[in-house]
Amino acid sequence: MNKINVQLITGLFVMLGIAAFTYQAVTIGGASIREVPGYTLTARFDSISGLRKGGIIEAAGVRVGTISSIKFDPDNYKAIVNLRINDGVPVQQDAIASVRTQGIIGEKYIKLSAGGFPDLLTEGMEIHETESAVSLEELVSKYIFDGGTKK
Amino acid sequence: MSSLAKNIENLGAFCLNALEQTGRTFNMLLQVIWELLHPPYRFYPIVRQMYFIGARSLTLIIVSGITIGMVLGLQFYNILQRFGSVELLGAGVALGVIRELGPVMTALMVVGRAGSSITAELGIMRITEQVDALECMAISPDKFLIAPKVIAGLLSVPLLTMVFDFVALFGGYFVGVKMFGVAEGSYWNGMIDAVEWQDVRLGLEKSIVFGVLVTLICCSRGFYMHLTKAGSQGAEGVSSATTDAVVLSSIAVLFSDFLIGALA
Amino acid sequence: MSGNTTTDKAITIRNLVVDYGPRRILNGINLEIPNGQIMVIMGQSGAGKSTLLRCILGLKKPTSGSIHMLGTDIATASRTDIYKARKQIGVAFQGGALFSSMTVAENIQLALHEHTNLDEKTIQIMTRIKLDMVNMLEAENLMPSELSGGMAKRAALARAIIMDPKLLFFDEPSSGLDPSTAAELDQLILTLKKGMGMTIVVVTHELDSIFKIADHIAVMKDGNLIETGTPQQIIASTNPEIQGMLNRKPRETIVDTDAHLRRLTGGF
Repeated sequence: MNKINVQLITGLFVMLGIAAFTYQAVTIGGASIREVPGYTLTARFDSISGLRKGGIIEAAGVRVGTISSIKFDPDNYKAIVNLRINDGVPVQQDAIASVRTQGIIGEKYIKLSAGGFPDLLTEGMEIHETESAVSLEELVSKYIFDGGTKK
Repeated sequence: MSSLAKNIENLGAFCLNALEQTGRTFNMLLQVIWELLHPPYRFYPIVRQMYFIGARSLTLIIVSGITIGMVLGLQFYNILQRFGSVELLGAGVALGVIRELGPVMTALMVVGRAGSSITAELGIMRITEQVDALECMAISPDKFLIAPKVIAGLLSVPLLTMVFDFVALFGGYFVGVKMFGVAEGSYWNGMIDAVEWQDVRLGLEKSIVFGVLVTLICCSRGFYMHLTKAGSQGAEGVSSATTDAVVLSSIAVLFSDFLIGALA
Repeated sequence: MSGNTTTDKAITIRNLVVDYGPRRILNGINLEIPNGQIMVIMGQSGAGKSTLLRCILGLKKPTSGSIHMLGTDIATASRTDIYKARKQIGVAFQGGALFSSMTVAENIQLALHEHTNLDEKTIQIMTRIKLDMVNMLEAENLMPSELSGGMAKRAALARAIIMDPKLLFFDEPSSGLDPSTAAELDQLILTLKKGMGMTIVVVTHELDSIFKIADHIAVMKDGNLIETGTPQQIIASTNPEIQGMLNRKPRETIVDTDAHLRRLTGGF
């Protein structure tokens, strides 16, 4: 009798723990059980300082994908970013990808702006129009020294 | 001069003792792994230990989780209000709890509630010759006494941590949203945006390490009580071993928390 | 009783030495324990008899020497071999050493659960038989904390004989017991020898029970074995140490008061 009681309570404890874990992992942590179907595009940036793997891609303020990898291109001295875009989100050939910051000192993310071309990019293609990260320090020093650090 | 020599001697003895204990604890881990690789397995002892380490700690964990969540909500609100960004409250509470406070506080609670009694239990079994009796019955104490406790710790501490995290988020919600009137949506959505799977995973990894560390240190301190200098046979030995185990495992939790945080 | 030949020894100990740091606890012990008889190891506290017992049981590794028990050299055997040998022995510890988280019955069944594949019903019956042998049937479902000293010792005895061992060790069976309970335990030990043909090793300093149960006696003092023999031989011994023990004289009589005073005050 005692034994069954112990097993029952322990079982309930385990279930409670697993439920709490699932809630955190799925709802808050955003780990989806199966991956959202999507396609991968690449983009080259002069500078992406602050952008991280797993970062968010937004279009019109809505989350439409994640940054799947970041590489360095030694030939052109640029950053190559692989963007995982959710299916059903069209990206035109002249769409613009820009590195932005949430708030002044918030996290970096990539903002997609729609283009005017009717042709859409598909798996493995490149977004040619890009805008690099705006460095707060550069902006400040530009302002103070009146164009002293023109690039 | 001789007092200096005496001090150096004491320092040396202290270091040797610490090294010896670390070695014994590590050896115990190897024994547990060895036992895990050799059937037969018995599950009921593990369930029993999980009941003791995990289920019986639930009330404490829930109460302290809510309290910590409320304290965090209060403090973060006061700070964030000065910068006019109370919408970050959810993110602050969630990251603080899931990455750091949840695993650490849970581990410390388990040390105080279950760890101390594990040491006392094993210490008493040692001085009343129960461990010897087990040996003489050809039953391995590592399998019979230690392994179930360590495995139960490995499983229970992460589960408790998850419960702690969960209720702490609601503690923060209660203070932030219900008391100070932060928008409900910004609390939860800020949390969902800020917390990544990596954060949850880091908390989980920490709590697994803490679970093993705490039970292992407490077991080794009680089980090898007779081998330590201070562990004079008797009630005094048990009480000093228990104190040692609590201090050592708390330090181990805090230090390894830093290590994991630095490495991750 | 003296018809035993040298071939059937349950335990043979040769040149057993145990050091603890700089202190020598056992100083070259040679002892043979014959099959099917009761050997009592006696001596005052601190004589090294507990250490000797712990060495035989494999709980303490000796510094040198050999201990052959049931065909295994306990001093050098691997852990696995020691465990194999231990399945054929039973040990009743001084304070009982019952597992405090289990009932008396669970304590007694433990070895059966761990080492055999018997079904629950058989285990129950075997437990009750052993409990009946030590006259403890009514205590089956009590916790060890609810037992008196004598009951705990009897329960420990029941636990020690549950696997019907060839060899039974009993540490201080009558210490801390009132005379009638002690006598009851002595009777039980004799019954076990006769009824089950066990070899029994008893470690004690209680003279009353020694001469009631012993076939052989080994006397220890300061880490040495100073005399072995039958009870008659021990009584007849001319060794003054043994006579001192048997007549329960105080260990040392102070003759030279001045010298003793000097020793106490450190020569001032």
